[in-house]
Amino acid sequence: MHGPARVEAICIGKTFGPVRALEGVNLTVPSGTFHAIVGENGAGKSTLAKCLLGFYRPDEGEVRLDGVPVSTPAEARRAGLGMVFQHFTLAPSLTVAENLVLARTDLPAILNWKKEKERLRTFLEHAPFQINLEDRVEHLAAGQKQKVEILKQLYLETRVLILDEPTSVLTPAEADEVMTVLNALVRKEALSVILITHKLREVMAFADDVTVLRRGRWVASCSVGSTSIPEISSLMVGNAPLREQSARTDMTAGGAVLEIQNLSVLGDHGLPAVKDLSLTLKAGEILGIAGVSGNGQRELVQAIGGQRDIASGEVRVAGKPFHGTRADIRECGVFTLPEEPLQNATVPGMSVAQNIALRTFDQAPTAKLGFLLDRGAIRRAATAAVERFSIRTPSIDTPIRNLSGGNVQRAVLARDLGARPPKIMVVANPCFGLDFAATGFVHNQLVELRNGGGSVLLVSEDLDELMKIADRIVVMSDGRIAHESTRAELDLAVVGRYMGGHE
Amino acid sequence: MQSSDSLGNLGILVAIAGGALRGSIPYIYVSLGECLTEKSGRINLGMEGILLMGAMTAFAVSDQSGSPWLGLLAAAFVGGLFGLLLAGITELPGVNDVAAGIAMIIFGSGLAFFFGKQFVAPMAPQLPVIDFGQGIANAGVHAALRISPLFVLGIAVAFLMHFAFERTRWGLHLRAVGDAPDAARSMGIAVRRHRVVATTIGAALAGIGGSHLTLYFPGIWSEGISGGQGLMAVALVIFARWSPLRCLAASLLFGGAQALGPSLQSAGISGFYHVFNASPYLLTLVLMVLSCSRTRRLDGIPGSLARRG
Repeated sequence: MHGPARVEAICIGKTFGPVRALEGVNLTVPSGTFHAIVGENGAGKSTLAKCLLGFYRPDEGEVRLDGVPVSTPAEARRAGLGMVFQHFTLAPSLTVAENLVLARTDLPAILNWKKEKERLRTFLEHAPFQINLEDRVEHLAAGQKQKVEILKQLYLETRVLILDEPTSVLTPAEADEVMTVLNALVRKEALSVILITHKLREVMAFADDVTVLRRGRWVASCSVGSTSIPEISSLMVGNAPLREQSARTDMTAGGAVLEIQNLSVLGDHGLPAVKDLSLTLKAGEILGIAGVSGNGQRELVQAIGGQRDIASGEVRVAGKPFHGTRADIRECGVFTLPEEPLQNATVPGMSVAQNIALRTFDQAPTAKLGFLLDRGAIRRAATAAVERFSIRTPSIDTPIRNLSGGNVQRAVLARDLGARPPKIMVVANPCFGLDFAATGFVHNQLVELRNGGGSVLLVSEDLDELMKIADRIVVMSDGRIAHESTRAELDLAVVGRYMGGHE
Repeated sequence: MQSSDSLGNLGILVAIAGGALRGSIPYIYVSLGECLTEKSGRINLGMEGILLMGAMTAFAVSDQSGSPWLGLLAAAFVGGLFGLLLAGITELPGVNDVAAGIAMIIFGSGLAFFFGKQFVAPMAPQLPVIDFGQGIANAGVHAALRISPLFVLGIAVAFLMHFAFERTRWGLHLRAVGDAPDAARSMGIAVRRHRVVATTIGAALAGIGGSHLTLYFPGIWSEGISGGQGLMAVALVIFARWSPLRCLAASLLFGGAQALGPSLQSAGISGFYHVFNASPYLLTLVLMVLSCSRTRRLDGIPGSLARRG
């Protein structure tokens, strides 16, 4: 069986414990079309995809491929359903060739690499993009990994390809390239594509039809030509009131508060990740660092926060060397909020109240005589923070790992910005995986800190986010600052080129 | 050892080389077994216990049956049983394989000491040696070339394992399981089965390594017989970067280090005897310090071992 197939999901319902993840969802993807599924975080997009692939068995309803019911992963695979996941499913220490061969279901017991490579080269001649078969996957950039994932599906002769947020780790140029190729494959009647995304621009540019989900329910399906971005976004959000965006007060940035001088930092493999980087953050500004992940941003944030050794160079705050010790952090008022806060900025098994107290537990009023914890004071502070930052939690004694991503981020911000706001906040991808409301909340908090004269160093892979709240944007590529521009003169195309390391 | 004297300082080197060929055997089997286990994403820290169980079982079966080959098979079988037990325990939810491995050291050595009590002293039938040095007049060189068949088999196992990893479907699947279990699972590879099989075969190899300790000269069973070789071999795998062929090379290095003290003593150099005898332990420490770094991640490490932090 070759060529595209028609997919139908009929009245799908799926419940996890008390949570109704999907309810009466219908989806029809005619053979040889490009279908987008959009919705906020938690709308049920990924759950629906896993039902299509047989990873989840729906409680109600049925999935059909060309009219034939599909209910297990093996059936789905045989029928020609394949998926590119948000997180890569390649074995990193294996080569590209090994990964592609691994995916074959009819592999002989003894491998004839000569024959396998020959087969792969023949396949690559007609493939939409080229890749070196001998490279180890762990040495590839994110964009290349994404291409290998897609190549793998094509190699498996997938008839319906489902992609879950495939462009979230790519530069705008790489994302457009991948989308263009997928669109061309659909036009050539090679396969059908189901794209799960929150980037409405991609939907408008590349998809034929779009289905909108909201809180596990089907909201609308229509052809892309008959709708618009504002219409889709309002369908996604429903009539939930959006919080007013905090106004950015006009202010001129003050003197330098954080100076990074000729900083070099080694990455996990012992190779330089940050290379001779210099940067100055001024009082009362949000400085955005754009870039594709893996270009040294993580190491930079860790080095500033004292979590990673500095190979050479210096970080200075208010003119004095800063080492990220607890005493330094307190004295200088520099807080670091790394990405994926649940893993990197909280103790997941400790309660919400204890996590909120992490900055201040050893000081009055939450500590008595300098070493005795005052649980009453910790609980009162947490109760106030939960109220003020509208953290949705069953109680302040709930382990923080049980909270949703948005509420973890609120709790962490409550800790850092609540009682004693810092002078400088270093933040990495604070809105990754958050829905509209939570994203808006985080942005407002950062803008308010800036309006109050504080400074924010915002590392983000999301250009839209930077354009929305940053005063100045630098592009980080291969461990260096490749480009700098102010908010007013920002040119998206130029920034995209620097992000890709093409200039 | 007049012959060594006749070769002068070269005699010491010949003795060390001969010692390396003999002494490397337990290291070869344990490190290959550990390499196989770790490629699947599991750690078997219990190799020391399995080595002792293998040594005791081989000795007992050889003694009772009169056949050293039966002893060898029994050692492999008992090693495999221990591997299966460890694999079963570590597949249970929430079990840490480091803790389970340490329990296996204690369990294996305790059991070996318990059953081995009655065998302390006599000498069991030994495995034959292959004489590669026939016709060589120099006795020192000749002695060094009297090689256990287990050494030849060990080399074959190393190359076979290398072939299996690189050139067979099973090896490719095993490496994928150890490197990215979720990805392997998404491709329909049975992660659990691969891990159980790898751990079992790996432990059976360690059992064979143990049999060398009691079925080769001097061929007696004593409780201190393994001297931590099972633990050092686990460290050796890290130094060998999870490659069977490099495990082989590193095992020879360790075997040589182990022969340093006795060789020097037999050549009349007995100063610092205990220091030279400690050389495998020192070598382990030095290699660990050199190959591990706070700022670098190891190359070639199976992904699921790296991610445990």
